[in-house]
Amino acid sequence: MRKEIRIAGFGGQGVVLAGYILGKAFAVYEGLEAVMTQSYGPEARGGSSSSNVVVSDEPIDYPFVLEPDVLILLSQEAYTRFRPTAKPDALIIIEEDLVQPWPEDRPLRIPATRLAEELGRRIVANMVILGFFTAVSGLVKRESVEKAIETTLAPRLVPLNRRAFATGYEYAQSLAVASYRSPSA
Amino acid sequence: MKGRGVLTGVHFMHGDHACAEGAIAAGCRFFAGYPITPSTEIAERLAQRLPEVGGVFIQMEDEIASIVAVIGASAAGARAMTATSGPGFSLMMESIGLAAMMEIPCVIVDVQRGSPSTGLPTLPGQADVMQARWGSHGDYEIAAYAPWSPQEMFDLTILAFNVADRFRIPVMVMADEVVGHMVERVVIPPEDQIPRWERKRPRYPAGDGFRPFAIEDEDLVPPMAHAGEGYRVHFTGLTHDERGYPDMSAETHHRLVSRLVEKVRRNASQMIRYDAYALDDAKIVVISYGCTARSARRAVADARRMGIPAGLLRLISLWPFPADVVRELARQAEVFIVAEMNLGQMICEVERYVSQPVKGVFHAGGAMIPPDPILQAIREVAFHGSRAGGGKTSAG
Repeated sequence: MRKEIRIAGFGGQGVVLAGYILGKAFAVYEGLEAVMTQSYGPEARGGSSSSNVVVSDEPIDYPFVLEPDVLILLSQEAYTRFRPTAKPDALIIIEEDLVQPWPEDRPLRIPATRLAEELGRRIVANMVILGFFTAVSGLVKRESVEKAIETTLAPRLVPLNRRAFATGYEYAQSLAVASYRSPSA
Repeated sequence: MKGRGVLTGVHFMHGDHACAEGAIAAGCRFFAGYPITPSTEIAERLAQRLPEVGGVFIQMEDEIASIVAVIGASAAGARAMTATSGPGFSLMMESIGLAAMMEIPCVIVDVQRGSPSTGLPTLPGQADVMQARWGSHGDYEIAAYAPWSPQEMFDLTILAFNVADRFRIPVMVMADEVVGHMVERVVIPPEDQIPRWERKRPRYPAGDGFRPFAIEDEDLVPPMAHAGEGYRVHFTGLTHDERGYPDMSAETHHRLVSRLVEKVRRNASQMIRYDAYALDDAKIVVISYGCTARSARRAVADARRMGIPAGLLRLISLWPFPADVVRELARQAEVFIVAEMNLGQMICEVERYVSQPVKGVFHAGGAMIPPDPILQAIREVAFHGSRAGGGKTSAG
């Protein structure tokens, strides 16, 4: 079992932190092997940024993502650049207010930034989308990611980030109900 | 985290940070350096951590000053380290020879990037490995280790301090940008399980005719008195006698330099580290190190699944080079393959010790060599026999 996950957007959206927390959940709290690598442009904010997590049940030799099983995309540039690299059956998640997918594409959509703004800080959009991913992918336990959030962030930041994570997780659950109902509509 | 020396526990940790934590756990309390990608996170972490544990962090004006400050701190008794990348490593070379000549223990971390010159600041290379051995002028020997994971960034930094102190030599941690910047699980043991090799210290009280470079033991390592303890110590890069005083005679020079070299050779078995994968019945022996060894292990595993008798010797110590291990493998191997992210450096060392063909899988750097070109080289020699060996393959 080797799964390659790429989280990409622009600098300032917290994609590196999201990748770190996800990798930590796998490596420390699920007992799996995980490697995180990152790439970013020279800009502190606004440039392209991506974090890559490889998870496996055996030691990971080659640590980089080649053909993602999961893409979490928070900008149009990231979508355009990385969407073609995904495996045919990959799980694709987009920030629906920031990414306009190709007409034939059927990614999962979440307004992560809007949901984060409703919580008071748009900066936690990364945790919203991580919660959404956790719910829809089945790759990692909710508690593992929550523990990784708690042990990574400064204590004063934990409550808001946990709320953001829960918001994304619950949004996925509500969406699952909606999509289940839609065929009969 | 505040005030804790050893962060015992299971972490998901950046390679450069793991190196910094290894230094703290080893008892390093002095760092002098000049930031350079991809080693900067080591300095950054230590700038935060050293003051917490009563240590000293100094950002110097350049790399020449950095290594000299490290030598001074070590002469005064501290476990001291610097970290850099290729351009800074070049600047440090002269004084690495000074440390070797004065037998001052020190640890130099080189997180290698694409080179020569400024090269590729943010991308990996492994082309400084011969420089680690031969970069300063003159005859001397050092130890150098090549981590392949954040865990080894932690473990080998500790080993580097122990070897440096035990044998009074400069020791290099020859990391690369891939292991420096990757994040992976790092297990930090309890403080009492961190191995610690101490410096040999004078057996006589100060003022009793102490001769700082007099050899009393088989290991050729003189006991070390620290500056400020009352012993009369004199350190110089000039050829010196047992008192540490300059002596320009050919006889003293030959005796001193021969001992500096023999000191490492005689104790090499305590410094050499390597790992073996599927080597027992291997006819095709792949030799690799650092991040490239991760791809080599995958290539060897894939070759085994195809029924090809390949194995991997992973060099952990590049220097001293495990010559006896390679000679022993030469009794069973039909061909050797050396995979490294340079245009052929450690392959020269392998060729010194074997008579079989040695094939190289090389890349000048900028991206980690993936498993495919190594597997392809294995398959070529497996299907075409060793006649296909001896060539050089570019992984690009």
